[in-house]
Amino acid sequence: MRITCPFCGERELGEFTYLGDAKPMRPAPGASEDEVYDYVYLRDNIAGVMDENWYHGGGCRAWLKVTRNTLTHEISAVEPAAGAGARQVAK
Amino acid sequence: MTSFQSNRLADGGLVDRSAPLNFSFDGKSFSGFKGDTLASALVANGVKLVGRSFKYHRPRGILTAGSEEPNALVELRSGARREPNTKATTAELYEGLDAASQNRWPSLDFDVMSVNQLFAPIFVAGFYYKTFMWPAKFWEAIYEPAIRRAAGLGRAAGIADPDHYDKAWAHCDVLIAGSGPTGLAAALAAGRSGARVILCEEDFVLGGRLLADGGMIDGLPAAEWIARTLSELAAMPDVRIMTRTTLFGVYDGGTYGAIERVNDHLPSPPEHQVRQRLWRIVAKRCVVAAGALERPIVFAGNDTPGVMMASAMRSYIARYAAAPARRIALFTNNEDGWRTVETALGAGLQIAAVIDARAEIAPEQRSLASKSGFPVLHGTVSGIDGGKNGVRKISVSLTGGARAEVEADGLAVSGGWNPAVGLTSYHRGRPKWRDDIAAFVPDGAPPGMVAAGAANGAFGLGACLREGFAAGAAAARDAGHGNGSGSTPVADDQAFSLTPLWHVAGKGKAFVDQQHDVTASDIELAQREGFESVEHLKRYTTLGMATDQGKTSNVAGLAIMAAVTGKSIPETGTTIYRPPYVPVAIGAFAGHHRDETFHATRLTPSHHWAAEQGAIFVDTGLWKRAQWYPRAGEKDWLESVTREVKAVRSGVGFCDVSTLGKIDVHGADAGAFLDRVYINTFSNLAVGKARYGLMLREDGIVYDDGTTSRLAEDHYFLTTTTAKAGLVMQHLEFCRQVLFPELDVQLTSVSDQWAQFSIAGPKTRDLLKEIVDSSEDLSNEGFPFMGAREVALRGGVRARLFRISFSGEMAFEISVPARYGEAMARNLMIAGQPFGVTPYGTEALGVMRIEKGHVAGPELSGTTTAADLGLGKMMSTKKDFIGRVMAGREALVAADRQVVVGIKPTDKTRRLRSGAHIIPKGQTPGPDNDQGYITSVCYSPTADQWIGLALVERGRERIGEIVHAHDPLRGEDYDVEICNPVFYDPDGGRQRG
Repeated sequence: MRITCPFCGERELGEFTYLGDAKPMRPAPGASEDEVYDYVYLRDNIAGVMDENWYHGGGCRAWLKVTRNTLTHEISAVEPAAGAGARQVAK
Repeated sequence: MTSFQSNRLADGGLVDRSAPLNFSFDGKSFSGFKGDTLASALVANGVKLVGRSFKYHRPRGILTAGSEEPNALVELRSGARREPNTKATTAELYEGLDAASQNRWPSLDFDVMSVNQLFAPIFVAGFYYKTFMWPAKFWEAIYEPAIRRAAGLGRAAGIADPDHYDKAWAHCDVLIAGSGPTGLAAALAAGRSGARVILCEEDFVLGGRLLADGGMIDGLPAAEWIARTLSELAAMPDVRIMTRTTLFGVYDGGTYGAIERVNDHLPSPPEHQVRQRLWRIVAKRCVVAAGALERPIVFAGNDTPGVMMASAMRSYIARYAAAPARRIALFTNNEDGWRTVETALGAGLQIAAVIDARAEIAPEQRSLASKSGFPVLHGTVSGIDGGKNGVRKISVSLTGGARAEVEADGLAVSGGWNPAVGLTSYHRGRPKWRDDIAAFVPDGAPPGMVAAGAANGAFGLGACLREGFAAGAAAARDAGHGNGSGSTPVADDQAFSLTPLWHVAGKGKAFVDQQHDVTASDIELAQREGFESVEHLKRYTTLGMATDQGKTSNVAGLAIMAAVTGKSIPETGTTIYRPPYVPVAIGAFAGHHRDETFHATRLTPSHHWAAEQGAIFVDTGLWKRAQWYPRAGEKDWLESVTREVKAVRSGVGFCDVSTLGKIDVHGADAGAFLDRVYINTFSNLAVGKARYGLMLREDGIVYDDGTTSRLAEDHYFLTTTTAKAGLVMQHLEFCRQVLFPELDVQLTSVSDQWAQFSIAGPKTRDLLKEIVDSSEDLSNEGFPFMGAREVALRGGVRARLFRISFSGEMAFEISVPARYGEAMARNLMIAGQPFGVTPYGTEALGVMRIEKGHVAGPELSGTTTAADLGLGKMMSTKKDFIGRVMAGREALVAADRQVVVGIKPTDKTRRLRSGAHIIPKGQTPGPDNDQGYITSVCYSPTADQWIGLALVERGRERIGEIVHAHDPLRGEDYDVEICNPVFYDPDGGRQRG
C-alpha cells in the first residue's frame, strides 16, 4: 500500500503507523464519563470508506487523515491533521 | 567418468556445445551443456526416472519444462546449501551441479515405500482424517512422526544458510511480466513512448515459447526478431530487463513482489554477491504477459515416466536439442498438440501415432500423417504399459469402441492451454470461463493491471503480438506518456480448435495432481462424501496444495468435479488464488535481517569507551547498554554490581543514560501543552527547575514517566523512558497535531543529539567542579535539588545540567552534544580519579532505584494506575489531562487494587525472584487467593539482603504483614514481609544535601 503524504509525496506503507478511526473527537474538558468512554472505546466497524489517523513516523512525523476504503484499500484522500502545519503547505 | 549424452540431438538447440558441464544425479556422473537445465541435461542423458511420488512412491519422470513442474523435484547442492524441492526444470546446469532425487529409500530404483501402492485403497482422499482419529494422544507420539518420515518432500539442510540475500526497491511506469512475444511487443510499445519499463522474465533466456516454437515475425525467423527486439530495447535507457526474475505477488497500490535468482545458476555466489534478491517493484501499470500453461488429460497411467506435456517435449527437442523419446506418440484434443509432431519429425525422431480425441482433424495434418507414415487414431488413451523405465506400450480406446495398441517410448499429451491467471487473480479476482477455448481467462485484475496475449486467452502468435503491443502502448499512455513510434509486429495466427477432454475413465490410477498424488477417483470420492465445493474439494483431497499450487492440476480437478456433479465448469468455479506464484525462500524475505543484523543496533555515545573497560552489555530494545563493569578477581556479576553500588553510595560513580528519550518542547503554549499530557502541572514550573512527570493513556492507565525541565519561558526539555522513547514522541505529536492544534507548541526529538550521564554519590559535586567551568555555582544554594540549567564546561562546551537523582544519592545528570559523549566518559574517569570514580551499569542503576523504591518498567506494566504506583497525589484536580476521566472509573479507583509495596524475605539469607505470586499466609495457593506478584528484585548491598517491589492487593494497608510468596515456575515457596517501598534514605536527605 502507498500513501501520498502531503509534505513528503508518495511513500510506502512501512513508513506509516496506523492508529484508527479519525471520526471520534476528544470530548471537551468536563465531559461525562459516558462521553469519554464512547470516545475511548466505541468504534464503528466500517466496511467501506472511512477516515483514519495515520502517522508518518518514517518521514515528516505528520499525523494524517487518510480516507481509505477498507474493502479495497483504495485511498481517495490524504489530509494533514489540523496541527500538522497545513497552513504552511496550503497554496 | 561421465556418460555419453545418449539422447542429445546432433544439432540445433540453444545449448552451447563448446561448453560441456559435468554434473551428478543420485551420485552418478553425467554431462550436459551450458544452456541446459538439470531436466534437459537428464533428458539428454536418457534419464527418465527422476523421483518417487509423495504418497504412493510411484516412479515419476519429467512432466513439463517450466516452473509448473509437479514431479521432477530434487535436492539441489549439498551440505549447508542443500535445497529441497528444487524443480529440475528451472534449475540451470552449472559445472559440478550435485542433485539427488527425493521420496525414495534406499534408492530411486528400489524404493521400499512403494509398497504403499499395495495399500492404495486406504490411502484415499481424507485418509489422514479418517485413519488417525484416535486415540488422540497417539497423534503426536506415533502417527505424526511416522507420517512425516514416510511422506514429506526433500530434506532441508538443517544448518544455517551460508549465503546472503538482498532486498531492493524499483520503480517504473510499466512493469511487464514475461518475455514471450506478448511481453516483448509490450516492452517495445511502452519503451518507444519513453516510459520507464521493467520487464521480468523467469527464465534465463528471453523469448518465452518462441524459443521452442519459433515462427516468423515481421518476415524474420523468431530468433532473429528476438535479437533485433532486444537490441532495440537495450538502446532505450529507461528499459530494464531482468532475467531469472519471477513476479510472484501483487500488493496494494501497484506494488509487486519479484524474486531474482541472482546466482542460483552458479555453484555458490561469487564473493560479496548475494544468492537471491527480493524486489518490491512499484509500477503505475502492469502488463501480465505470463503466457499459458498446457494442461494434461487425466488417464490411467498418466504418471508413467515418459508421459510428458506436448509443449514440454517441443522445448526439450527444439530448445535443448534433447530427445525425451525416440518413438513418440501424441495424445491430443486440439490443433496445437500437432506442433509437437512437426518438431519431432524435424529433429529426425519417429512418430508412432497420433491419438486425437477430436471428431475431425485438418486435412494438412492428415496429409502430414500419410506423408510421414504414422497412423492417426481417433480416440483416447486408456492405459499405459510401462514402469520406472518408461513407457513401452499405449492402449487406445478408439471412437466406436474398438481397441488398439501403440508401441512407443514416449507420449506427448496436450489437453489445451490454461492462461496463467495467478497474478491477475491475487486480489480475489475470479477468472471467467471462455467456452471457445475451454479455459478460464483473467477477470477483475487489480487496478492498473491488464493481461495480454496467451495470459488473456489469445493463443495465436499474431494475436499475442497485437495484444502485447496495444497493452504496452496503453499502459505507457495511462502512465502519462505519449504514443511511441513504430508499428505492431506482425505474424500469422495459428488455428486453435479444441474438443474439451479432461478425463478418460478406465481402470488404474489416473492422476490429477501428480505432486500430491490426487487421483480422479479421489475427486469422485470427495463428491460422494459431500465435499463438492471447490474449496472443500481442495482441502479434503489436498488437490493443488503442493508447492506447484496445482498449476497443471486445478482446472482438470474442477472439471472432473463438474462432471460428477452434473454442473458446468464455470458453475463449479475456481478456488481463490494466492501468492506466491512460485515458492520463495524465507531467506529472501529476511534479506540481510538475520543474525547480528536481524535489527539495527544502537550504541550509546560512550559505547566504545565502555567496551575498552570490559563492560558486559545487555540488549535493551535496539540499544546495547553497559550492564556492569567486571574487574579482575570478581567471581560473578553480583560481586561487580555490589561493588559498583557501594562505590556510588560512598563516593561517586557515573552511568551513561543517553538511551532515555529526549524531546525539546518549544512555544508560547509549551507549558499548557505539558499540563494536558502529564497528570501533574508544568505550566507553573519555574525556569531553571526540573519536575518528575507521569503521563497516562486516555484509558487512565499509566503510559510513561520521566523528568521534564524548564530551560526558558517557552522551552522545556522532556525525557521519556528508554523503551517508550519513540512511542511517546508519536503520542505527543498526536496530541499536538490532532487533539490540540490550537496550541502554539513544537516538538523536536533530540534523543540522538544529547549524550547524557548520571553522576551520583556524595562526592558528585567534587567531581563536577573538575568538569564544569569554575564560574558556575554548584553549591546547594546555587544549584539546589531539582535545579536545571545550561552550564559551560571547562574548555567551553555548553552542557545541560540537571540536579535529579534516580539513585537516592546526591546526583546530577549532565547532557553534552552527542559527539562529546565519549570524551565526557574519558574525562569523568580522569577528573574522578582522586575521588575513586566508578563507572556503573544498568544493574547497579536498577539496584539503587529498587532500594529507593522508584518504579520502572516492571511496575509501569500497562495495567497500573498512578495511585497503584503510589503517585495518585500527583494527579491534578484543577485541569484536564489525557486519561483524567477514565482514571476515575470505579474499578480503577477500587480499594482492593494491587499497589506497589516493598517486600523482604523473613529469612534474610533467601534470594528473591520476580514473578512469584503473593498469597495470604496459611492459605493454599490458587487463583482465588492470588493477591499480586513480585515485580522487581535485587540484592541490596545497603540492607545486606534481597529486597523487592511487589504489586499487592491493599498493600499499603498491610505494611508489616507476613505473606507467602509462591513461585510454581521455580518450585519456590517462602514468606516475605510487606514493607515501605523506600528502603534507602526514606526522608530523602542524601539527595537534597
